[in-house]
Amino acid sequence: MSLYKAETRRLTKRRFTRFFVLGTVLLLAAIVAGMFFSNQQVTPETRASAAAAAEAEYQEALRYAAEEKTRCEAAPTASPQPCDQLYQPSRDDYQAQWHMPATFDFREQFGAMVTTLAALLAVMAFVIGASFVGAEWHSGGMMNLLLWRPQRLKVLGTKLGALLVALTALTVLVSAAWTGLFALVASMRGTLDGMTSGAWQSYALMELRGLGLVVFAGAIGFGLASLGRHTAMALGAALGAVIVFQFGLGTVLALAKVKFLEAYLVPVWTQAWMDKSVEITDYDSCNYSGTEGCVPDTLTITWPMAGGVLVAVLVLIVGASMWTMRSRDIT
Amino acid sequence: MSAVLEIAGLQKTYRSRKGSRKALDGFDMVVESGQVHGFLGPNGSGKTTTLRTLLGLIKPNGGRMTILGREVPQALPEVAGSVGAIVESPQFFGNFSAHDTLSLLADAGGVDQARVFEVLELVGLRDRAKDRVKTYSLGMKQRLAVASALLKNPTLLILDEPANGLDPGGIREMRTLMRNLAESGMTVVLSSHILGEIQLICDSVTIISAGRRVAAGSVAEVLARHATSSVRVRVEAVTELSASAGALREIGAQVVIEPDHLMVSGIAQPSAITRALAARGVYVSELAPVSVDLESVFLELTGTAPVAGEHRQVDQSAMVPAAPVNGGWGQ
Repeated sequence: MSLYKAETRRLTKRRFTRFFVLGTVLLLAAIVAGMFFSNQQVTPETRASAAAAAEAEYQEALRYAAEEKTRCEAAPTASPQPCDQLYQPSRDDYQAQWHMPATFDFREQFGAMVTTLAALLAVMAFVIGASFVGAEWHSGGMMNLLLWRPQRLKVLGTKLGALLVALTALTVLVSAAWTGLFALVASMRGTLDGMTSGAWQSYALMELRGLGLVVFAGAIGFGLASLGRHTAMALGAALGAVIVFQFGLGTVLALAKVKFLEAYLVPVWTQAWMDKSVEITDYDSCNYSGTEGCVPDTLTITWPMAGGVLVAVLVLIVGASMWTMRSRDIT
Repeated sequence: MSAVLEIAGLQKTYRSRKGSRKALDGFDMVVESGQVHGFLGPNGSGKTTTLRTLLGLIKPNGGRMTILGREVPQALPEVAGSVGAIVESPQFFGNFSAHDTLSLLADAGGVDQARVFEVLELVGLRDRAKDRVKTYSLGMKQRLAVASALLKNPTLLILDEPANGLDPGGIREMRTLMRNLAESGMTVVLSSHILGEIQLICDSVTIISAGRRVAAGSVAEVLARHATSSVRVRVEAVTELSASAGALREIGAQVVIEPDHLMVSGIAQPSAITRALAARGVYVSELAPVSVDLESVFLELTGTAPVAGEHRQVDQSAMVPAAPVNGGWGQ
């Protein structure tokens, strides 16, 4: 317990941790503020104003069409098409909803906000996790610690445990604040209509999956930095993964016309994890149906499938870092 | 006296793509309780590898080690609380203060926080305890390293180059501290290149060269074993050196002619020298027995004495057969 307490203290005392958490919180606050100021509540006045604007546009279009028709009938040969086939605006072309100000519909839009939160916190967790152990290796602090507690796996495991518990606590707190703030934004600049207990539960589960993503990112950053004994190792590996597995692999697979190539790229799996499922369509295929015509092949990636991949990667990287910690000479 | 630390037949081979290198080749060492024991060897001789292996940071390829009667590395977690150590240059996380650094170590090792203030006082860092370590000089970092090793109030204190970076006053303070610690019953193993210091404060020494023990025992024993009965002889005129050497050789002495004096050995009584030279009309201006010191013994045993016109390489030291001085395991 004393080692766990020491590692938690070490993590929270680090200036890098504090600055990075503060920076992330400020960024999240900026997003909340941006959403607050860019949305408006829908009132009878805004509805009337939008209807009036649509009506004015419709009348303007009618006037313009009439002028065109008059010009055409005066000189029919100059017109590229017959005068009775000129465009005549309809009422449906000018809908009031297009003139409505942006409004924050919690039920419709909060899902994207949860994904944003999870993505930002995951980046933060990755960097903090990498730095927490990478700086210890690089500065020699890990060797000092092992002189005190010559139990390598226990030391690394406790360090990882302290990191993940701290990240979990932070994510739970920030997620609660995030939900509360956006509920406030919705009530002041939008609507909470349709938020049944089932909808709240669905968002709570989505935030729980977001927590899983944050913990995963923190553990991967920690594992990679421990393998390379340097923070830069984790950051380099992440950069390399983006270049190789996103741009490089994506291009090669596209050239090779591989079916469902998105399934080989990371974002689809994280999206499937957060959104419960993602459907990938192969537009080159055609399954003819008498009623629907050409129906392309689809592949659905579900959140349990994505979760399985995340766990496999986690076990591989953290397991490798533990194995090298156990067997390597510390020089 | 019982042995606090025993090493027998320790072997370590580093393997890399360039080949393998034997860092320790059957090294033996015994340190008795309550002593200040000097651990000497040229650069690359295996000192730090020995200490790292003893402390569980490096896995040996063979041999046995005990600390406080318990076999290590198996029993290291149990004896670690009684062993304070610094290995090689002190390395700490630069953004933490000395107090934070020691406080975190105290937490990790389950040591009372009050001890932090005691050791800061002991090493003279009390007034700078709140400053960040990155603002410290090398000497101050060294003091902090010694403080971290003392934090556990250990039975066995292992210090690798503790005087490194210290000013003359600091070296003297360190010397006094080591003596006081030994008088309080602590056993101190001291690795150093400052042989004068070792000779002043150590009760016994072990000298390592090319991964093997080449000398061991009390300082007096080691010096006596390598003492010579040489006498330095100066005469009134340098021009008479050659003739004087001839006269001394006639009475059975071994003579080495130096630029301004003679080194004479193999003579039972120095008075024979004055008598022989006076008989030739040569008068002695200085007749001084040459005392052997630890530095000359070290240079002789390790084969690292500088030779004019040659540049010795780091790994170039004497390949002396392992010496069963004072026995090995359990003797």
